[in-house]
Amino acid sequence: MSVLLAADERALAAGQDGNAMAMRIVAESARLLGATRLLPIASAHIDGALYHGDSGTLFAEKFVAGGARVAVRSTLNVGSLDLSGGCMVRLNKPQRDMARRMMRAYVALGCEPSWTCAPYQAGHRPARGQDVAWGESNAVVFCNSVLGARTNRYGDFLDIACAVAGRAPDCGLHQPDNRIARIVVDVSGLPGRFFDDDTAWPVLGSLYGRLVGNAVGVVAGVAAKPDEDALKAFGAAAASSGAVGLFHIAGITPEAPDLATATGGLMPDTRIVITPAMVADSRRRLSTAERADRIDAVAIGSPHLSLAEFGRLERHLAGRRLRVPLFACTGRHVLEALERERRRAPLEAAGVTIVVDTCVVVTPILAEIKGGVLMTNSGKFAHYAPGNTGYATLYGSLSDCVESAVSGRPVLSEPLC
Amino acid sequence: MTVSAKGDVLVAGMPGRGPALVLQAPISFWGGVDPRDGRIIDGRHPQYGAAVAMKVLFVPATIGSSSASSVLLELVRGGVAPAALIIGEPDAILLLGLIVAREMGWEPPIAVRLDPEHFSAFCGRTVEVGSDGTLDILEGGSGQ
Repeated sequence: MSVLLAADERALAAGQDGNAMAMRIVAESARLLGATRLLPIASAHIDGALYHGDSGTLFAEKFVAGGARVAVRSTLNVGSLDLSGGCMVRLNKPQRDMARRMMRAYVALGCEPSWTCAPYQAGHRPARGQDVAWGESNAVVFCNSVLGARTNRYGDFLDIACAVAGRAPDCGLHQPDNRIARIVVDVSGLPGRFFDDDTAWPVLGSLYGRLVGNAVGVVAGVAAKPDEDALKAFGAAAASSGAVGLFHIAGITPEAPDLATATGGLMPDTRIVITPAMVADSRRRLSTAERADRIDAVAIGSPHLSLAEFGRLERHLAGRRLRVPLFACTGRHVLEALERERRRAPLEAAGVTIVVDTCVVVTPILAEIKGGVLMTNSGKFAHYAPGNTGYATLYGSLSDCVESAVSGRPVLSEPLC
Repeated sequence: MTVSAKGDVLVAGMPGRGPALVLQAPISFWGGVDPRDGRIIDGRHPQYGAAVAMKVLFVPATIGSSSASSVLLELVRGGVAPAALIIGEPDAILLLGLIVAREMGWEPPIAVRLDPEHFSAFCGRTVEVGSDGTLDILEGGSGQ
């Protein structure tokens, strides 16, 4: 299948500058995706400024040297350095310089230095039905599912290429027919108290992602009304255990006022009934530590903590001091509010390390401890920490995380399901 | 030499030859493969510790993060990319790493789409992938 570029798009792609490179990358991706044309986009969220090696820096600088500039509003996902917080990132000099150069290059292209994986809680909320090009799996799934804007999962390079070109391949979740749920995930068999536990949504998300993979599904039979942070945790966990780009929750998310609307009035292909045993298995999988007898660090904030989540952290802390370091990852949009409300200093005095602009699984922040154990309440941290940090994980609620950090030993309360 | 399979070329690149590494489970390149040396670092993957560098890498499916292309680009630049990528379900995010490599002037390996039901025939063999998407088993080849 070939991509039909408009005359102006074709002329652009034939050039030598950064705009030409952007258009060629978008067009080549369109071919790989089976799209036959490009469509205009309203905004972008760029995941490409995270340092994975020098090649990403050189790519961004090639765009800058080619005179490229973003054509639409573009926020930036986390980088590899904490530019505005007080957290030490253990990157050595050559990598640190390359990471900083990369972050600078993206800002030079006109991107906003938001440096957060929760841009949707930092004022970047496209309207329902708008086509956008977002990267970062949790941001993508939130944008599609909770905001009802339309994006595919734009990876590094394609996100910035779309932002510069102002276009994206017309395919996948940009097309309304592909947003209809084919799989119904029925949770009505879970006890109502299950949803009272703050681990309910990330644990369920992790299970959901493994069950549906890259399909669009709808969760039916939810007894409680999840808040935005719960939906954020569900989506992030689902997008790390499976390639989930869009989910619906009947009666909750904008494209699913009811089950029939979510499935487009059609009979779903599959119906999966979730049992308490499946949930218990999903919860167990989030812990990789063989024994729950020590922890070396606690990490929360994947996706980045909202101001409301800091409020919950403060309530659990209740003025106590921590014996084990607790890393609270967030964006500068939240840090500014914490400082304005004079809440940063008490948190840091209690032993909380506020990690800003980045997070503990994307760059070396955690101390190097052989056989280290990281406790977390984040399904996404639990998924990525073993590979990216070398730490084994212990999964628990926010309350358990805080109690463990205070006592210096794992405290795991009995789950409600 | 016997012709073993013919796939569709997803991204044109250098023809590749090497021992087959047939992944037994889907993989996330980000968090799953070390961009510096091309080793599988996801402890939950059945082939944890295996190196993808210089292999004809058979990937039944991919999962996870949208940063997979960065890892693949870094593998290409560092000279530790697979010799060829054989993919069951085309993953535009991953393959973009090869498109960008070409824009940067770094020669990418070829990527070919092939139904995973053909994958097991290549286990343990040395495979040559032609620029037209043909996969040949080299006689006497010893993969792993």
